Order: sequence, then C-alpha cells, then structure tokens
Amino acid sequence: MSGSLGRVSAALLRWGRGASGGGLLVPGVRAAGSDTGGRSAEQLDALVKKDKVVVFIKGTPEQPQCGFSNAVVQILRLHGVRDYAAYNVLDDPELRQGIKDYSNWPTIPQVFLNGEFVGGCDILLQMHQTGDLVEELKKLGICSALLDEKQEQK
Amino acid sequence: MLSGQLIGRLVSMAGRISLSRGSTGSGTIGPVETAIRSKLEQALNPEVLELRNESGGHAVPAGSETHFRVAVVSSRFEGLSPLQRHRLIHDALSEELAGPVHALAIQARTPAQWRENPQLDTSPPCLGGSKKTRGTP
Repeated sequence: MSGSLGRVSAALLRWGRGASGGGLLVPGVRAAGSDTGGRSAEQLDALVKKDKVVVFIKGTPEQPQCGFSNAVVQILRLHGVRDYAAYNVLDDPELRQGIKDYSNWPTIPQVFLNGEFVGGCDILLQMHQTGDLVEELKKLGICSALLDEKQEQK
Repeated sequence: MLSGQLIGRLVSMAGRISLSRGSTGSGTIGPVETAIRSKLEQALNPEVLELRNESGGHAVPAGSETHFRVAVVSSRFEGLSPLQRHRLIHDALSEELAGPVHALAIQARTPAQWRENPQLDTSPPCLGGSKKTRGTP
C-alpha cells in the first residue's frame, strides 16, 4: 500500500508541469470538441452520454491551459483511464457557456461519468482521495490502475 | 479506503507546490472578497470561513479579484453530498460567479471533517488559459 501512496503523492505533485514539460501524451483520449455542432440541451445530453467518461476542460489533455483542468487530466491518468472524451471549451465559446447551463455549474472543468455530472476539480480530487473514484469507475467497467497496483502488491 | 493520514499527507504535500500563490500582492481586501464573505456567512452560518484571493497566481492585472479559494465549515453540510454542498455555495455566490469571479475552489466541510484536517489547501498553479479568457467567467 505504501508504494501506491507514494505514487499518488508524486502524481499530485506533478500537476502544473503538463504544459511546460513538453506535454503529456494520453493515448486513446479523443480530442473531441470540433464536432459538437449545436448547443441545445438535447445535444449536450447526447454529448455527455456518448462516452462513459467525458470531461470539459480548458486546453487539451496533452496541453491543459488551466491548473484545475490539468488536475482532472492527471487524476484520470493516475487511474489509468485512457479512453475518455475531452472537450476543449477554449475552442468553443458556445460549448463553454452551454455546458455550464446544462449542468447548472458555473466553472470549468466539469466531469461526467456515465452521462451523470460528477462535479469539478475539487470533487474529483476528493473522490480520488477517499477511494470513491475507484468504486465509480468500477461501476462503469473501468478497472482503476491504482486498484491493479494494490492487488499486485498483495 | 485511503486513510485520513494519507489525505493529510497529500494535502500537505500539495501545499508545498506553490506557497506563494495565495495573495493579490497588495494585501488589501477588495469589494468582491468582502461580498463573498458576507454572502456565505449569511447563507450558511459557517463555523469557520477561510477565504483566499488566489488571483495573484494568474494572468490577470495586480489587485484582481478573479480567482478565489474558500473553506466553508458548516453544520448545514451534514448529510449532503459534495455536489449538493458545492451547489449551496454556488447559489449563495451566483452573482459573483456570473460576474467577476472566474475560478472558485471549494472545500465544503462539516465541523467534524474540518477538525480532522483544519487547513485551507493550495490550488494548482495556473497554466495560462486565463490569458485568452480574461474578463469572461
């Protein structure tokens, strides 16, 4: 357990380096955001339900433009979640406002799991720290890399 | 699953990332900060209310009131999910969040939770996105 704890701490400390450190490659993450078209509630509803894990961030997973968005990317990365849709709201002012209205949440980043709004950076970090994120990912059929690591150490 | 001790350790390590971010530089309390404090006090009757203007760490003019971190400790949060707690804070500050406030990091705790780890965390450093988005929340 102590090994995985060390890694968790290390990864949290790593946030902030994403953009300046040459970018983090996140294989499998689709840079969505250019094909969203209209902004009706129905369309946003379809967008957040299209993928099991959907995030709305400033910048891209490879190059986040905000510390809070970067934290979301790093937490997902830490759990080995590679297959998620990331929408860059800086590319799309309509989406930026539309998603805030849709979820009734005033800030970016925003995280959706299985079409359900989870919260922003603070709540995702809290779920990570309490272990709830591992459980929520499990419900989606995603096995957290942190869980794998813990089992290997047993 | 992870122990309280671990969380404390993570938070304390995170706190060491950037100790110098939490101030406007001028040390004065602006009108937005004053409004946030009074609205949260009125809406949630907090036992503890810690508020830090973190705008100085971002690409905004000196003295800006755009980025804040708040810890609200209130018995009103008993039995509420994190999402519900954050929404109560958002509702109290809807005017600020629709206007000048660009980022609000929230720690919403019950008194018992606060006693476990009574400190205002530190936000991750800015990565420059607000340069493009200055003036829009």
